[in-house]
Amino acid sequence: MAQEHKQPRKSSETEDSVEAGTDPAGAAPTDAVSERKERLDEDIDAILDEIDDVLETNAEDFVKSFIQKGGQ
Amino acid sequence: MGTETEFGISVQGQPHANPMVASTRLVNAYASAELRARRARWDFEEESPLRDARGFDMSREVADASQLTDEDMGLANVILTNGARLYVDHAHPEYSTPECTNPLDVVRWDKAGEQVALDACRFASVAGEPDLVLYKNNTDNKGASYGAHENYLMKRSTPFGEIVRHLTPFFVSRQVVCGAGRVGIGQDGREHGFQISQRADYFEVEVGLETTLKRPIINTRDEPHADPEKYRRLHVILGDANLSEVSTFLKVGTTALVLDMIEERFIQTDLTVSRPVASLRAVSHDWTLTHLLERPDGQTLTALELQWEYHNLARKYVEQRDGDTDEQTLEVLTRWESVLNRLERDPMECAQELDWVAKLKLLQSYRDRDGLDWDDAKLHLVDLQYADLRPEKGLYHRLLRLGRMQRLLDDASVTAAMHDPPEDTRAYFRGRCLEKYPDSIAAASWDSVIFDLPGHDSLQRVPTIDPTRGTRAHVGGLIDASDTALALFSALTR
Repeated sequence: MAQEHKQPRKSSETEDSVEAGTDPAGAAPTDAVSERKERLDEDIDAILDEIDDVLETNAEDFVKSFIQKGGQ
Repeated sequence: MGTETEFGISVQGQPHANPMVASTRLVNAYASAELRARRARWDFEEESPLRDARGFDMSREVADASQLTDEDMGLANVILTNGARLYVDHAHPEYSTPECTNPLDVVRWDKAGEQVALDACRFASVAGEPDLVLYKNNTDNKGASYGAHENYLMKRSTPFGEIVRHLTPFFVSRQVVCGAGRVGIGQDGREHGFQISQRADYFEVEVGLETTLKRPIINTRDEPHADPEKYRRLHVILGDANLSEVSTFLKVGTTALVLDMIEERFIQTDLTVSRPVASLRAVSHDWTLTHLLERPDGQTLTALELQWEYHNLARKYVEQRDGDTDEQTLEVLTRWESVLNRLERDPMECAQELDWVAKLKLLQSYRDRDGLDWDDAKLHLVDLQYADLRPEKGLYHRLLRLGRMQRLLDDASVTAAMHDPPEDTRAYFRGRCLEKYPDSIAAASWDSVIFDLPGHDSLQRVPTIDPTRGTRAHVGGLIDASDTALALFSALTR
């Protein structure tokens, strides 16, 4: 995980998945994939902590003051 | 095909600031900072249908310069070198992608629009002025909704009734794939809970022309921006604004595929569901995906099962064409199938691909950790901030940076699309002209580019009435070889 999000995304690993016509996440999960998933799930608290850091501080006021006029 | 996004806009510290003033400030800031063709106006003149041989029948009947410049003075409305339009619509800044031929390009120029909007915010944030913040969502949860529209070019010969019949059940169900997720039920979000779609609660009728009230599932606006004898532009208004690239890819990819089947009269099965408007909302309100839709014959099925019906038809349709199918259509089919399979098993398996699932997973994690009820302001904040365009604040962007969202494109390709047009539609001609001859373009629109040329008393309008003309293959060499707009114009009219 720590490795993963420090790597800048390269075009080869992103565009290729489209051009190859295969679905990287859709196939029956291999051991590696399920292992990775478990690791990610354990990591959810770390993710919430990171998100806590960027969430606006006064949730109630902030949400209340987001007022839009209608559109299409 | 293409998309239009109306962004939510807020002026920091001023919740009651005039949104038109703020939106205008934003668009003008971008125009001043980025556009050399600053004086080029959007051309509001109605295009009369003109036959075209090469795509560029010359019309010598032209407007006077003064006529064109005075009518839209002050309205922030600019054309970008990537062929897109950035403007103020109602009380929101809006970005329309250039015309694209495939779903991945729609994703690319749609994402480029987010970056354009973000740059516009930065340019507008000058000393002494409060910061502007944009949100790619569809509601303020207080009763206001704003759109994320899609447009699809279709053959005029397809009866509209066929489109309504086969597309309505698809639209009732497709939100389980491309919904953006929302905290709050009802137009003002007063009821507590999570729902799949941002927009479902704002739809009130089955078919109609309106877009701002009594919104219809199928919109009947008939403004093809192309030869009306040959084409219609299907204007789709019920979709959610998506941040996830896979969500947008599937939204436009599966819809285009279904429209293709309708055009080719391939769908013989009647998939009608009873009470589509109520069903649309019921599907949105049930994120366990078990709600049973009723059919007129009394049978029932879930939204997922309905999506499978369309998917199976699409698979047969593609098989029948026997190899005559482009790679992206195959990719749409494969991803669609994969997503439906996993949604059926456990929706959370799609948390890295679909906006509504990514958002729900985040919300559920907060609920688990902090014991929050659905009416908690923090959950509403997570919903709102998911759509914040700023990479440092937006939660979609945080998830992306944490490696929790799949991408289809890389940053370089999206950055290039902020300036470069698609090469395979008329957007290429529009964008290249604006980029290369900024001082000679008086106005432009989807179906024309208007030149102001030395030695000509009046403006010269070049119609671009066929969306498939004006491509790089058609005019790339000509533009490359023409140092001036006059040279290009002479070559085109020779």
